[in-house]
Amino acid sequence: MGMTFAEKVLAKKAGLSSVKPGDIVTVEPDRAMSHDNAAPISKIFKSIGVEKVWNPEKIVIILDHAVPAPTDKHAKNHRDIRKFVEEQGIKYFYDVNSDGGVCHQLFCEEGFALPGHVIVGSDSHTCTYGAFGAFSTGIGRSEMAAVWATGQIWFRVPESMKIEIEGSFPEGVYAKDLILKIIGDIGADGADYKSVEFTGSAVKEMSISERMTLCNMVIEMGGKNGVVEPDDKTLSYLQGIAKGDFEVIKADPDARYEKILKYNLSELEPVVAKPHTVDNVSPIKEVEGLKVDQAFLGTCTNGRVEDLRIAARILKGRRIAKGVRLIVIPASWRVYKEAMKEGILETLIEAGAVVGPPGCGPCMGNHLGILAPGEVCISTANRNFKGRMGNPESEIYLVSPATVAASALRGVITDPREVL
Amino acid sequence: MKVKGRVWKYGDDINTDVIFPGKYTYTVLDLEEMAKHALEDLDPSFAKEVKPGDLIVAGKNFGCGSSREQAATCLKAAGVGAVVAKSFARIYYRNAINQGLPIVQCPEVYDAVEKGDEMEIDFDKGEIRTSKGDVFSFSPLPEFVRGILEDGGLIPHIKKKLGKS
Repeated sequence: MGMTFAEKVLAKKAGLSSVKPGDIVTVEPDRAMSHDNAAPISKIFKSIGVEKVWNPEKIVIILDHAVPAPTDKHAKNHRDIRKFVEEQGIKYFYDVNSDGGVCHQLFCEEGFALPGHVIVGSDSHTCTYGAFGAFSTGIGRSEMAAVWATGQIWFRVPESMKIEIEGSFPEGVYAKDLILKIIGDIGADGADYKSVEFTGSAVKEMSISERMTLCNMVIEMGGKNGVVEPDDKTLSYLQGIAKGDFEVIKADPDARYEKILKYNLSELEPVVAKPHTVDNVSPIKEVEGLKVDQAFLGTCTNGRVEDLRIAARILKGRRIAKGVRLIVIPASWRVYKEAMKEGILETLIEAGAVVGPPGCGPCMGNHLGILAPGEVCISTANRNFKGRMGNPESEIYLVSPATVAASALRGVITDPREVL
Repeated sequence: MKVKGRVWKYGDDINTDVIFPGKYTYTVLDLEEMAKHALEDLDPSFAKEVKPGDLIVAGKNFGCGSSREQAATCLKAAGVGAVVAKSFARIYYRNAINQGLPIVQCPEVYDAVEKGDEMEIDFDKGEIRTSKGDVFSFSPLPEFVRGILEDGGLIPHIKKKLGKS
């Protein structure tokens, strides 16, 4: 009997010849990623009574959640992290500088997300690194402190599901529409505890950025991890940037899946996740014409150059509607600089956009784009939970970058195919 | 181990943002203060009226969303004795155990209780008794996981293992 991707990786890392769903294994992660929550994690770590972290080269800390610090409390938090990094000799630390960015974007750009690696991160969207064939998953602060102290973490070997995707995207439909459609179909717990493998000819055609969008949102259907089999595109992306050795691990052809879903891209249309759950998905047509107060383009889901390029193509030479604010936050400074060189930022600013520094600020209500009560935001983020962007009386609609741009242009929720 | 208390009842997909809002994650660190914000964006009456030992009964996928463990810590700090749900989101399940917050997956309880009912959970027997006289059984947590809960959470458990306690 063959093994799925998750079974193969976990068996290998646990030193076993085979494992099955339900088995508990203990492994040493290849990397452990944290962001601004490294400060509380460091305090929990110290409470354990261990002097030094297990391996200062395997820990990556990236400041992104509230950068630059919006309050003195956030500033103290960052200060505590810098002090901890210094005293522990943590090798990979990314401060609030122009070589930083949103943790998941930067982690991939810097070549930490590698095929066959087991990666844990103290952030639920750590599942993004599956786009490179890694087994990556989110954990809590105490669990990360325990990893720092012991270099070990337990996993229950997950059941696996496969999502086979064929066909090609129709005009105006993107990877974000696909993943929202899947989440809407199977529900916010449709992949609870499961390992999700994205396969099929369409996935092979997808860019690295599109694969990251898919894997990023696996947590929104409850998945433990999401993964795309590495190919030439993956290896060429990693060429010269991979930090360390890696081994491509692929599911066996005769592996056992609990469920197999099939999608054909040619049948898709632009969709929206309506407030206040990510699986409240419907065709964009159903909410067309709803007035928006804020349009937000950015986050670890859709803040890459490709996403900004899509928006710029729609907004070039046009002006966003009166009464709407367009906030653009590139996912990293590398993205920011590329978008600057390509003239994308100029196009967006000429259209009326406010371009903020790379970071997570508005996505979870920290700063730079908080909503007022009663306001509606159309967003490329991954969550539309009540209160997510700082106010429980506001509403968040999740869509693709094209739909954000089209809606900013008209001031009401708009099908991007009408303005392309 | 047994817990007994009044029931607070909520629906499906109760996410980490409504249990503990993201805007407080770097500014509210004190346990007492965290308890005051528990379930703030879902039910503002909860934090004001919750009593030690009270139980939360919820639908499916409780704790979906963020890896923010304060969504477990704040309920424990508010005195919640246990959360009984139809199912739990994976990261929340781990976080709750790691924070020493007992959780029980028992889908049948949901329709049998109302807000304000009394309920008793016997973790050793794997049994829930409601004030209406209904009795439900649930599969006990794996032994490995019970060990973490019995030590009061992951950190005390690790300290014990490393001989630091």
